[in-house]
Formats: sequence, C-alpha cells, structure tokens
Amino acid sequence: MELTRRNLLVIGSGAIAFGSLPAMPALASTTDEAIAKLTGGADIGEGGLNIVAPEIAENGNTVPISITAPGAVLVTVFADGNPVPNVATFKFGELNPSRSVSTRIRLAKTQNVVAIAQMNDGSFQRANAAVKVTIGGCGG
Amino acid sequence: MASGVKPRVKVPKKAAAGDVITIKTLISHKMESGQRKDKDGKVIPRSIINRFVADFNDQNLIDVILEPAISTNPYFKFEAIVPESGEFKFTWYDDDGAVYEAAKKIKVS
Repeated sequence: MELTRRNLLVIGSGAIAFGSLPAMPALASTTDEAIAKLTGGADIGEGGLNIVAPEIAENGNTVPISITAPGAVLVTVFADGNPVPNVATFKFGELNPSRSVSTRIRLAKTQNVVAIAQMNDGSFQRANAAVKVTIGGCGG
Repeated sequence: MASGVKPRVKVPKKAAAGDVITIKTLISHKMESGQRKDKDGKVIPRSIINRFVADFNDQNLIDVILEPAISTNPYFKFEAIVPESGEFKFTWYDDDGAVYEAAKKIKVS
C-alpha cells in the first residue's frame, strides 16, 4: 500500500478505534452488569418502589437513604460511582407491612443511587436517586 | 472479635394487636471497607458486619446483606406488625466470624 496522507489517516483512526474498544465495556458501568445479573435480563418497570435520599450530601461517609417498596420481597441497592457498586440487599418477611427500611450508606462521589426491587409476582421495579456529594466517603 | 462492638435496639414495650410498630437498630462497628490505606500505603483489610437478621417469634422480618458501602455503625429502621406477644431477635454477623445478638420482648394487648 502506498503511504499517502489518506492511507495514514485510515491507519491512524483504525488504531485508535482498536485501542479504545477493549476499554469500553469495562467503562460501561459495573452497575448495569450487576443489575442485569440480578434480573436475568428481564424488563424493569418503574414506580413500584420509592427511594428517598438527600439531593446534596455534605459528607459521603453517612448518607441517609430510605426505601419503600410495597409488595417487594427483595430490594437491592447499588451506588454507580462507588468502587464496588453493591450497597446492600434487603429481604423482607411477611410481618413487615410497608416493606420499608432506612439506613445510612457511603458514597465516594456525586452519583446515582439505584434500587432494584423484585416483587411478589417475580417482576422487577427500579428507582433512582441522584445525590451530590461534597466530601467523598471511601477514604484514599 | 472486633473490639467495642455493641448492639442497640429500640422497640416499643407494648402495642395493640395488629399495630404497626417502628424498630430501630444500631450496632457500633467501624465497618472497615477494605478500600482505605494506612499511612504506609498498605490497604487496611476489610472488616465489616456482612449480614443482619431480625426475627419475631421465629418469623423473619428482614434479612439484610451488607456491603462495605454501609456506613460506620450500621443503622436500620424498619416496621413490623405484631400479631401477638413475643420476642424480637436481632442477629449481626461479622466478617471475622463473630455473631452479635440482641433480644427484646413486646407485650401485645
């Protein structure tokens, strides 16, 4: 192949595309992967559960969140900007009427907190809450 | 066993049958995430409470799997219906194998 300017450009852009491709799936959020693993690729509805978190958290070390998911048997919480996205999994028993729980979590930076609920009938529901974090909560 | 671990639970002493009551639990634990480094740059190993279970008369209320993203001194607030008098049992499982327990009786009229 003759080394013209046009050919060089083609080779160059090809190399860039090749170089960046393997990195892309890793960036495409481990949270989505974890959610897909949890739901087995099933459709996720919205509105069946509610997550309450502060809009702005001054200290990422303790961010209060509360979840209400009437009719849910299992609720899993993810934080998509944390080094490890999993936060907690709640399994509710019959004696818990509102299927609600409050706790405090760590957030490394400004990010979305995602809750996925598995309902009685096996369907999945999703809720998001965006939290702005002023001071990160994972040390380092 | 991690030092200074103390479970605390708040449950009403009595309730009417079928009432919805609120339960608050807290256990003092440093919940070392395994992400932090000490001053020599070495990673401090993970040491957390990894599971919390609450039961009423051997019926499960809530079963939580905790990850390092749960804050220091894990706190949970949840609700329960009490059909009869009985005992709440709370159990925390530590990474190091230790198990911490607390129990509270409730009188239902």
